[in-house]
Amino acid sequence: MSTEVVRDVVSVTGELVATRRAGAYHHLTFVAPGIAELARPGQFVALSVGGPTSAHLLRRCFSIHQVTPSGTYGGTVDVVISAVGPGTEWITALRPHDTTSIIGPLGRPFPLPVQPVPCVLVGGGYGSAPLFWLAERLRERGCRVEMVLGAATESRLFGVVDARRSADAVTVCTDDGSLGHQGWVSDVLGDVITRSGSQVVYACGPMGMLESVTTIAQERGAVAQVAVEEAMACGVGVCMTCVMPVRGADGATRMVRSCVEGPVFRGDRVRWDAFSGGLCAVPEDAVGAAGMRAH
Amino acid sequence: MAHLTDSPAGSAGMDDQQSEGQVGRQVDLRVDIGNGRAPVVLPNPLMTASGCAANGPELHRFFDVAELGAFVTKSVMREPRSGRGTPRMAETPSGMLNSIGLQGPGIAAFVEKDLAWLAERGARVLVSIAGGSATEFAEVAGTLAVSPHFSSVVGVEVNISCPNVANRGQVFACDPGASARVMTLVREALPRDTPIIAKLSPDVTDIVHVAAACLKAGATGLTMINTTLGMVIDLDRMRPQVAGVTGGLSGPAVRPIAVRAIWQVTSAMRDGRLPTAPIIGVGGVRSGRDALELIAAGATAVQVGTATFNDPLAAVRVRDELAAELGTRGYASVRDAVGAAHPR
Repeated sequence: MSTEVVRDVVSVTGELVATRRAGAYHHLTFVAPGIAELARPGQFVALSVGGPTSAHLLRRCFSIHQVTPSGTYGGTVDVVISAVGPGTEWITALRPHDTTSIIGPLGRPFPLPVQPVPCVLVGGGYGSAPLFWLAERLRERGCRVEMVLGAATESRLFGVVDARRSADAVTVCTDDGSLGHQGWVSDVLGDVITRSGSQVVYACGPMGMLESVTTIAQERGAVAQVAVEEAMACGVGVCMTCVMPVRGADGATRMVRSCVEGPVFRGDRVRWDAFSGGLCAVPEDAVGAAGMRAH
Repeated sequence: MAHLTDSPAGSAGMDDQQSEGQVGRQVDLRVDIGNGRAPVVLPNPLMTASGCAANGPELHRFFDVAELGAFVTKSVMREPRSGRGTPRMAETPSGMLNSIGLQGPGIAAFVEKDLAWLAERGARVLVSIAGGSATEFAEVAGTLAVSPHFSSVVGVEVNISCPNVANRGQVFACDPGASARVMTLVREALPRDTPIIAKLSPDVTDIVHVAAACLKAGATGLTMINTTLGMVIDLDRMRPQVAGVTGGLSGPAVRPIAVRAIWQVTSAMRDGRLPTAPIIGVGGVRSGRDALELIAAGATAVQVGTATFNDPLAAVRVRDELAAELGTRGYASVRDAVGAAHPR
């Protein structure tokens, strides 16, 4: 297993040691030395597809579900994958002892509160993957943690059993009512924030859900920290494809890379108004938008 | 460019590197991308490709950017640019389509921040510039020339695959006259011996014709090839997949196009139809073998672009693989392999 360790990120050959179905998803465990020691909740890994001569050049990025720094085989990394295209299908078809290249940890983690404040963690579909690990970190700091998990249907929820262990209270929502409350996480989130007195809402899931979570959190005086899912080609900040409009501390909107400046952003900094129908436009007031109009 | 002239003077001075007594012969990887009068010697022929490596810090987490023959920066224009909306890319067979829109900080912020960072790391920088008019190219080059870190600049790569505002947005690279005007003005804006490398588009009827126009007007070298225009349709949305509708196709899928373009221009140079000038090959290089293929077609140096998205270490890995490929074939230096596939 070759390792090229450089400061805060490693590029390693990951060996699959366990794979199991989790409802509609696949839960994979890789031995990936060096990543577990560096990773924090909210960060992600970039997996290559198809080996060194693959026709699929672009890496697939997955939020880290959990890490174990020193297991039987060395440090491991777990990811949860929804097989929806040729890349994710190849990765989820790997069998134990198969290998693929893994780079990580990448991106900025969820910022943790300094004070032991109550928090709500919201996961849409397999977007819940990083939240259990986050919940443990928050509870270690004395934070009370509630979780809200939502999906279209029961099989598309991830980690309901884990949630009952990781959180002080759990609310489950499904669009079809197959488990828990029938409806969206946004139907119940406001009450959960108010009842728990939460000051921070962490969320990971589809963009539409993250926008709703941000709005509801703001209405209830809580800060939303959202981990976005943007299509990435490299995951390391060089391809410029995963950009989205985000306001900086100076109030100016910039097209920032979600891989290096995210994937976690303060929800109220994201320009949700720019997203529509699977596209994201450059807001007219964004830095450099005038330069685009010139030519 | 003082530190470059520390290399053995003149190209003849590079011809006598001895084996270091290691296993097998050590291949001399040094190359000269200068204009023929003033050598600009790089320790090896491997470079990043513009727009595939950002401006340094991102890849420096994986390897020392000073290890490269040169670091090629993302094309910079006069003003800051937000780039286009998303989606900006689509994966394609053995490649990808991208439509970024030349996102960047503008030349003033570039020289102050990005170039300063690269200079501090001791990187040799090939600065890619772009413009919407020949004057804008020249202004960008002029700002670069007066920057305090210009000594780290080993050359200027002129990205003429961008729309010419004055000609209804036709790209400069498809118009030999417009390309020549850009080279003339950039030449005037830079010190006499700074290499000016025109980056050509393969999307032309006769690439030799465009190469001739650029070299005649002041370019001292050529980079081939830029991406080729492509398009992907998202059948779920039943719309073009990238927000910019069309995009540049890159990756191993386009490598034969790069080999062909380098071959055609090199043939013209060997026939005396074009002045001899160094060619930097780029297009689908993923391995040392791929790099050697471009070199055998006539490239003096090689850039690694899309492969970096697959492997952030690709450029330095390709350098080491290239040395091994050359050694296996009995080449004492990479220069001996340049154009080796052409008839003697």
